[in-house]
Amino acid sequence: MASWFDYTLNGIIIGNIYALLAVGLALIFGVSRLINFAHGSVYVVGAYAGFVAVTQFGTPLPFTILIAVAVGALLGLGIERFGLRPLQGYAHIAPLLATIGISFVLDQVVQLTFSPDPRALPSELQQQRFQIGSGTIGALDLLIAAIGLASAGLLYAFLRFTRLGWAVRATAQDRDAAQQMGVNVDAINRTVFAIASGLGALSGLLVGMYYNYIDPAMSFQATLKGVVAQVVGGVGNVPGAIAGSLLLGLVESYGIALFGTSYRNLFAFILLVAVLVLRPNGLFASRRQTPPEPMTGTFIAPSKPLHIPYGALAALAVAAALLPVILPNPYVLQTLTNAWLYGLLGLSLTLIAGTVGLISLGHAALLAIGGYASALLSINLGVPVGVSILSAGLIAAVIGTALVFPSFRLRGHYLSIATLAIGEIVSLVILNWESLTRGPIGISGIPPLSIFGIELDTDRSIYWFALAILVVLAALQFRLLSSHLGRVLRAVRDDDVAARSYGIGLDRYKALAFAVGSFAAGVSGGVTSHLYSYINHETFNSQLSILALTIVILGGMGNVTGAILGSVLLVGLPEVFRVAAEYRVLIYGLVLLLLIRFRPQGLLGTV
Amino acid sequence: MSGASSLPLLEVRGLTRRFGGLTAVASVDLDLADGEFLSIIGPNGAGKTTLFNLVTGLDDPDAGTVRFGGRDITRFSPERLAAVGIARTFQHGRVFANLSVMDNVLVGAHVRFKAVRPAWPFPLSLLSPFAELALALIRPGSVATEEKLMREEALQILSRFGERLLPRLDHPAYSLSYANRRRVEIGRALALGPRLLLLDEPTAGMNQTETAEMQSLIGDLKRSGLSILLIEHKLDMVMQLSDRVVVMDEGSVIANGKPNDVRNDPAVIEAYLGHRRGGKADAPSLPQAAAE
Repeated sequence: MASWFDYTLNGIIIGNIYALLAVGLALIFGVSRLINFAHGSVYVVGAYAGFVAVTQFGTPLPFTILIAVAVGALLGLGIERFGLRPLQGYAHIAPLLATIGISFVLDQVVQLTFSPDPRALPSELQQQRFQIGSGTIGALDLLIAAIGLASAGLLYAFLRFTRLGWAVRATAQDRDAAQQMGVNVDAINRTVFAIASGLGALSGLLVGMYYNYIDPAMSFQATLKGVVAQVVGGVGNVPGAIAGSLLLGLVESYGIALFGTSYRNLFAFILLVAVLVLRPNGLFASRRQTPPEPMTGTFIAPSKPLHIPYGALAALAVAAALLPVILPNPYVLQTLTNAWLYGLLGLSLTLIAGTVGLISLGHAALLAIGGYASALLSINLGVPVGVSILSAGLIAAVIGTALVFPSFRLRGHYLSIATLAIGEIVSLVILNWESLTRGPIGISGIPPLSIFGIELDTDRSIYWFALAILVVLAALQFRLLSSHLGRVLRAVRDDDVAARSYGIGLDRYKALAFAVGSFAAGVSGGVTSHLYSYINHETFNSQLSILALTIVILGGMGNVTGAILGSVLLVGLPEVFRVAAEYRVLIYGLVLLLLIRFRPQGLLGTV
Repeated sequence: MSGASSLPLLEVRGLTRRFGGLTAVASVDLDLADGEFLSIIGPNGAGKTTLFNLVTGLDDPDAGTVRFGGRDITRFSPERLAAVGIARTFQHGRVFANLSVMDNVLVGAHVRFKAVRPAWPFPLSLLSPFAELALALIRPGSVATEEKLMREEALQILSRFGERLLPRLDHPAYSLSYANRRRVEIGRALALGPRLLLLDEPTAGMNQTETAEMQSLIGDLKRSGLSILLIEHKLDMVMQLSDRVVVMDEGSVIANGKPNDVRNDPAVIEAYLGHRRGGKADAPSLPQAAAE
């Protein structure tokens, strides 16, 4: 029974750490209606600030904590300054996407500064344990619990008893009214970002000390955990965020006890999707209410798309097809082949996020489903490679649509979070379903690309194969957009209420678009798996989802030509300039950030 | 005006909607005969738009029924209501901002596209989205013809607005003036081929010329025999167009009758002006009163 005591205790401690994250997210959401995806980066920076303080300067614990909090608060001010303030009056999801860009940049800066290798974060408290009944409790556990309680108490007192706290609450309730009453809402935003980020950094430091382990990749998971806790407790609800965090901590801890560590995140994300779909206002919401208006809206900047005649597009396709003859450089051909495959992913996401307005943040999962489907079909069942790729598209369409279908009722940010979680769930299922997917070992020996039994063993033939698929699917997408479905899908995106009033069943058309888009992504994943001959659960990771989104925004949402251009620019150019891999993610983050700020309609315009 | 003896096209009975402690719509009864022009007026917050939303499926009533052409349509989803022939416009105008004028109107005709949206019975209906996708991509003759006919019809509808919209067929709706967006919205509603048209303040935010133009257009629609339910604050317009006027206040119907009778109803004047203000025997009749 001692173990159950330990698991409960562990759950509460982890819950406390999540609470420090989730409370910050809830505060930020409260005043600015933003889900801050850079929060996990603040957490990492806090951990590394503590690491530098302890290892370089040997600071005692209270100073280390102060330094981490101060660094976090400063960083929060910076995020508010660059991620939020310039985007007032933009689409409501723009700041969310901007914080994703910021988090990419911050994480890469940390990684470039400290290397991606994990570090130890020593603390004098790690060794001390006290006996309580049949279990033991560590000094760190007590510290974390105390800090959790103290910050909750301080926060409560601040919001309840200080003028600034009143202003924060007033801004959260009604921003415009608060502004008219003379509240400086920009200053409130800054204050809240500073407080929230200070708490986030503190959380990172405590986790680092608790596990005596930090690495830059903790960022994304931390953001997700904070978001899960917050959504479970009700978005923007501070006490709810604390309760949600404790619940999440316990669920994870008991989940580990029952099923093992590798299932831990799976529970978190299933909890998230279940709460989103069943109780979108959180478990503790007193009554059913519709989400407030700012949750609606997609990322569509009105613009006149650049009209390229079909003749010119056909000429470009012919030129691309002739390239291997004119310029038979294997390096160029491989790079462009890669760009065509990303182009397929772009086609997929530009239809789903652009045309029908479902901003998917978990799109890499469709690649993974397609990749595994084609690999397993060809290896386990001996299906010819061409057929397996086609099947991979269909399987991705069916599984992807089925997984996302319950979330179609969600709007705006909520749908994006759900897709993000579903993407993580797919990746975790692949990791854990060892009998099918070979788990963490991955799948090797995937047969090379071939059609009709003829192996494609030259760079040229592979190039043509990828280009041909891209051209065919792009042509089909053009045809789709010019049909009645094109206008119906865009009507759903522009105003779902009005669309319903004119007889358009939202689920039907969202599912249709999602299935068509998933097919292209599944095919792309399938081809990729045969090209690589080895894939595992990390081949198609969440960075790929964000890269896909950057490609699509760069080209212009919903714009078929734009998606291909975006992938050539983002995938091809770094190759041409031989940018080192670790700088690429940094560039993607910066490009995303700059696009949202300065050219939300992309290069060719939204359609 | 149609006789009261025939079965009403729209029959609302005891419709109620509460928001917390507030009863926004309190047991409202309403009849609208086929071909009738019925207006709902009332001060702000009287529950007119809530009533509209209940009838058009955007909100669900706590009690009461709505029948349309004899069929119970209470709690029908908006998309089913569109399919039975109810079209509406929105109080603040909701056009599809990034769609062209032409596409906006064509979306209005969505429920009338039959060739490209095969209606199959139940087990097959699960496959109908795939059929729709295939038909949209392949576009056999029937689909192409249907699209062409709908486009011609949309042009006819748009020509009702004279030269306001015809030169702007390919312009995205967000680039239009406010008045033109409201016109597009009405064009979109007409494209549905409605049996009943619900207009929620179609002239809100319009200047006098634009209002007069809209009024004459709505007058044309009325003369063409369309059944219309109108919410409007501009009482001159209501009095001139309506066969019958229903007055709501605080969620309930307080008067129901011909425009002239309603105009002089003391309860109505009181609702608009407050209790016993002035106290004169010759209380002002409504249009002047509301203008104050």
